[in-house]
Amino acid sequence: MDVKRPLVWLPLAGFLLVAIVVAVALYAPADRTVRSAMIGQPLPAFNLRPIVSTKPGVASDAMKGHGPRLLNIFASWCVPCIAEAPQLMRLRQAGVRIDAVAIRDTGPAVAGFLRRNGDPYAAIGDDPSSAVQLSLGSSGVPETFLIDGQGIVRRQWVGDIRADQVDEVLAAVRDVQ
Amino acid sequence: MIAEAGLAALWLAASLALLQLALAAIGLRAQRNADELLVAVRPVAIVQGALAVVAMLLLIVLFQQSDMSVKLVATNSHSAKPWLYKVAGAWGNHEGSMLLWVTILGLAGAAVARFERQLEPRTLAATLGAQGLIALGFYAFLLFSSNPFERLSPAPRDGQGLNPILQDPGLAFHPPTLYAGYVGLSVAFSFAVGALVTRDVGRAFARAMRPWVLGAWVFLTLGITAGSYWAYYELGWGGWWFWDPVENASLMPWLAATALLHSVTVLATRDGLRAWTVMLAVVAFSMSMIGTFLVRSGILTSVHAFAVDPERGAFILALLLLYIGGALALFALRVGTVREGTTFELVSREGGLVANNLLLSVILGIVLIGTLYPIVAAAFGVQLSVGPPFFNKAAGPIALVLVVVMAAGPLLRWRRDKAGEVVERLTWPIAAAVFAFAALVAFATPIGVLPLLGLSLAVGLAVASVAPLWKRDLRRTPLFTWGMVVAHLGLAVSLAGMACDSAFTAERLVALRAGEATRVGPWRVSFAGLSPVIGDNWSGLQARLTAERDGRTRLLFPQSRTFADPPTVTSESAIATVLDGQLYTVLGAADGQGRWQLRLWWKPFVTLIWLGGTLVALGGALSLVGRLRPRRREAWT
Repeated sequence: MDVKRPLVWLPLAGFLLVAIVVAVALYAPADRTVRSAMIGQPLPAFNLRPIVSTKPGVASDAMKGHGPRLLNIFASWCVPCIAEAPQLMRLRQAGVRIDAVAIRDTGPAVAGFLRRNGDPYAAIGDDPSSAVQLSLGSSGVPETFLIDGQGIVRRQWVGDIRADQVDEVLAAVRDVQ
Repeated sequence: MIAEAGLAALWLAASLALLQLALAAIGLRAQRNADELLVAVRPVAIVQGALAVVAMLLLIVLFQQSDMSVKLVATNSHSAKPWLYKVAGAWGNHEGSMLLWVTILGLAGAAVARFERQLEPRTLAATLGAQGLIALGFYAFLLFSSNPFERLSPAPRDGQGLNPILQDPGLAFHPPTLYAGYVGLSVAFSFAVGALVTRDVGRAFARAMRPWVLGAWVFLTLGITAGSYWAYYELGWGGWWFWDPVENASLMPWLAATALLHSVTVLATRDGLRAWTVMLAVVAFSMSMIGTFLVRSGILTSVHAFAVDPERGAFILALLLLYIGGALALFALRVGTVREGTTFELVSREGGLVANNLLLSVILGIVLIGTLYPIVAAAFGVQLSVGPPFFNKAAGPIALVLVVVMAAGPLLRWRRDKAGEVVERLTWPIAAAVFAFAALVAFATPIGVLPLLGLSLAVGLAVASVAPLWKRDLRRTPLFTWGMVVAHLGLAVSLAGMACDSAFTAERLVALRAGEATRVGPWRVSFAGLSPVIGDNWSGLQARLTAERDGRTRLLFPQSRTFADPPTVTSESAIATVLDGQLYTVLGAADGQGRWQLRLWWKPFVTLIWLGGTLVALGGALSLVGRLRPRRREAWT
């Protein structure tokens, strides 16, 4: 077999190339960002009744034409939501408007939850069958969406917002403004 | 004590592997009087293999005794497990499966040391040295980063259990078979390295290497066939091949080994394709190691991935760089000194085998690129996965061309043949394929192009593959010819099964109340109701199905099993096998209103897939016996 000299190094070169790519992949930090299909999309149309008498409900139309806000998906029966409450209070104190959707919940239970854990919410809608939650592409509680002034979804955080994430959320809200 | 003894056996085996390498290296470098060193490599390799087997057996004993003070047992077993799964649990995890890998590596080296008599002594010593070097790296991997004998203090009261999906008789045999194939290829790799070191690539080398390649290939074929059937009935998805990275990891060495099997025949018979054969021998085991690496590093997510650990991944990657990179560099440096072999005409048996090799290499390339592409894309920040649409479209047509070459190849003469005469010899196979094609177009429901071509070509290949037996005294036909015939026929059978499955499968997803019935294909399936079932370490629900066809009935009991430790629900499909196919039933979830989901498939001739795979392996085994027998007779006379 008449093998040309440079050609015999080709298998080795090919293998080294693969090895380099694999080594990079091995040490690249795993990407855990949630790539929501909702990002860049307008909110789906919904209009939820209030769940507690002291606050209005939540409607998608009402979110257009105002400043950015967070939409928090939560439930009084959800333990991570209790852990998240102090962070939401800090965001509220920093001037962020937070609306909420209560999932499969009751008025008295939500009122009790707010009494115990603080109340950062401007409005809370009642989603007794998770219909709105599902239309938002959310699969659990808590989750938080950042909605801009045009009613477009900008970010999604899955799981409770941790203390070290508050600055990140604040920065994201300011970016949208 | 048993765990400590196992660890000691591993350390001893590792030091013997080092000794094996050192003896071979010093012996080959010394100018004279080194024969004693070279001869000593053999017993060292045998004892090394024996020690690895001892370590593996001790691990099995630990699992059998449910010794929860051993971390591996505590995390992967449970005292309530049936004994078979306790034994199989020894390799149903990362550390244990790596120990099994090394054990088979050691055994393969020991077998070469014990039985190989054809190879020139210097080349044999170089081969065993290379085998020692490979084993050494994997011993280091076990001892430094994946110790299977690590103790746990305090010992837990009971273990965390084995993944219930792995609790299946298939698991007991599938990994050892597949590993015997993977690691058996290490012998071909070491032969190639040994021959490159001593510049001894020729017919004797090819004849010595061929049985080892055949043996590994038989195990690999069996392992893939069994794995495919296991995935088919255990996962409950009705599919038999998913292009899962780990399936690809087993397919790639098989493709390379199949090419090697054919090119080594050219080298042994006609002294051609020297450099190419050496290259394939290196590639085949490299694919085994890359497959192991992709799975064990957790780089590719898969149902087979045990460990997600960059440190372990980096360790194996370093080993890969050393072994594959080293072998490829040695190839590049030495291939110039490998003399050109005998030449041949384009239309000849050699030409057909070269076409076979090129097509297999292209398919191998497609599978490799498809498997690695997600990693490359991720490096550029794109998340994607490559699935069946790509593999089927890219590899399918080439595989069909390969089938045509397969049909013609065995009917070609060595060195030189005439195209016109070849076509003449192929008259019957071509007629059969055309007839099948016409019959399918005329009478069958419309089917896709690939299944249509696949089925027609399968018929043609089946006729062509038995053609070498025509006008021959069957009792005097050599066994390796029988082997080729059976293996090629097996592939035709398997291809027919694949084509039938994708063309004619009927699927039905229904929600039924007890007493209701539905139809799938020629079957009427009625749902009689549910009853609870209790297993060794699970409890579950069992549906009672009655399937009727042409007045004959079959009972099927698909189950939904709940395992307590770890808490998992699995579905256990129920399959009725009849002569012309399988009725495949899976029990799904309840809808809360008294109805139960049932997934039903009627799969005509699907069993041919695995029957064909088994025939392919049987053909390999016949060839192996045929190649070994005359040699033994020589030894006696």
